[in-house]
Amino acid sequence: MKTLAVLEQRDGALRKVSSEVATAAGRLGVVDAVVCSSAGVEGCATAIAARAKSGGYDAVVFAATATGKDLAARVAAKLGVGVAMDVTDLSLEGNTVIATRPVYAGKAMQKVRVLGKPAVISVRPSVFMPPPDAKASQLEAESLSVGSPGRVVVREIKAAPAGTLDVAEAQVIISGGRGLKDPANFKVLEELARAFGGKAAVGASRAVVDAGWRAHADQVGQTGKTVSPSLYIAVGISGAIQHLAGMRTSKVIVAINKDKDAPIFKVADYGVVGDLFEIVPKLTEEIRKLHG
Amino acid sequence: MKIAVCIKRVPDSETRVKISADGKSIDEAGVKFVMNPYDEFAVEEALRRKEKAGTGEVAVFCLGPAAAQETIRTALATGADRGVLLQVDKPPTDPFEAAKLIAAELKAGGAWDLILFGRLAIDDYNTQVGTLVAELLGLPCVTAVSHLDIDGTKGVAEREIEGGIEVVDFSLPAVLTTDKGLNEPRYPALKGIMAAKKKPLEVKPVQPGAGALEVVALMPPPDRKEGRIVGEGAGAVGELVRLLREEAKVL
Repeated sequence: MKTLAVLEQRDGALRKVSSEVATAAGRLGVVDAVVCSSAGVEGCATAIAARAKSGGYDAVVFAATATGKDLAARVAAKLGVGVAMDVTDLSLEGNTVIATRPVYAGKAMQKVRVLGKPAVISVRPSVFMPPPDAKASQLEAESLSVGSPGRVVVREIKAAPAGTLDVAEAQVIISGGRGLKDPANFKVLEELARAFGGKAAVGASRAVVDAGWRAHADQVGQTGKTVSPSLYIAVGISGAIQHLAGMRTSKVIVAINKDKDAPIFKVADYGVVGDLFEIVPKLTEEIRKLHG
Repeated sequence: MKIAVCIKRVPDSETRVKISADGKSIDEAGVKFVMNPYDEFAVEEALRRKEKAGTGEVAVFCLGPAAAQETIRTALATGADRGVLLQVDKPPTDPFEAAKLIAAELKAGGAWDLILFGRLAIDDYNTQVGTLVAELLGLPCVTAVSHLDIDGTKGVAEREIEGGIEVVDFSLPAVLTTDKGLNEPRYPALKGIMAAKKKPLEVKPVQPGAGALEVVALMPPPDRKEGRIVGEGAGAVGELVRLLREEAKVL
């Protein structure tokens, strides 16, 4: 199957998710990679759709990031199909793409035949992991030139403070809930995140986002982000069904909670019962030793 | 301002999903349905824009089963002027089929200044119908808007992206999809609920095409293997770290 991987770039560099897009596309067949760096979102969509048509691709694969989901839908419409969005598993049945995607906020998985020509797919970040030695910077992508930028143009990106990693992209997430008791106490989690040396982000439950303690960008759950890090540490989070929906595909889940009957322990691989204000600093100390 | 808001009827976010006997859909018995939470931001934004302009219309469109009339009435109760139900037995699996039906109806309804959608529906998570409709109508589209300024036919929107906020210039008329943070949706007042009963709600049966996304199966998420309580208090941390290193191999 002839496959087009649409990579993602910011500030002139390919983003980490790009190698995942290439990995996912590789499952379907021979891959060509393109990237569009124009601030004109419509211009990019037009260029990618034109490339997909002229190249006679059977499948076009995007990242299911904020940018990728937006672009995938624009391109798909121009190709006269819908997108199999936020896919977590891909296979081929003859020459038909079979995609599995979480629905109902991860409470069920929908397996679909993608019959569109081409099949347009976006893949969930942190799922299609490339071999450990592959780097996004080693990918070779054709840079598409854009005619008119169009009517929707990115004026600027207000970046999050340097050193903060987005929960959707972090390998390790430490999330806090009401058990933190006060917004200022999130510093305990931030210290633990720092101990992981740039790999970890701090997430939050809906309760604390609604209370205004943390930004919506940090929210994990049904009305926040769905994440699949290799390690998810839930601290002072009881585990409401809508939170579990957003993190249950994490590879390893650790729960720290004072209530031994909290539902979070039902999905956690490892649980520690007790006072988070004693447990988390101790954990931070141990992690620091490892990363020393 | 003439504003169209497209909403969807979905299972409440606290719903426990049970898969039906056909193995392809959920068992709707006992499920509470609500307006898609992201659509509430769209309805609220439309009402505020109309209130600010002092004149105009907010029309609500919904593709869904007969029971979705109730969802439309909820929007009318908060202040929308009229509703249209594009009635289907079941919304199509392929979002492109849904978009075609909605786009055709919006086109027949004349010139809109704004067309608003929630950024995604919390049932199928397709995250694209607004964009597909925009493309079908040839209108500019900005997705996942969490902040919005409009001045005449010029708009500036902010949207959350990984690791930052994107500031986007666009021109009106446009299709926007709304995210949490854009506004604080109001609740319907009793007076609004009474008034909603008398507001026009048109029901138009439509027939979606088969589409190009075919459900093979709906499955429960993979089971997580039974976890364990490592211990209590800070004393358990040593053992936790050992397990994360040696057993789970994530450190």
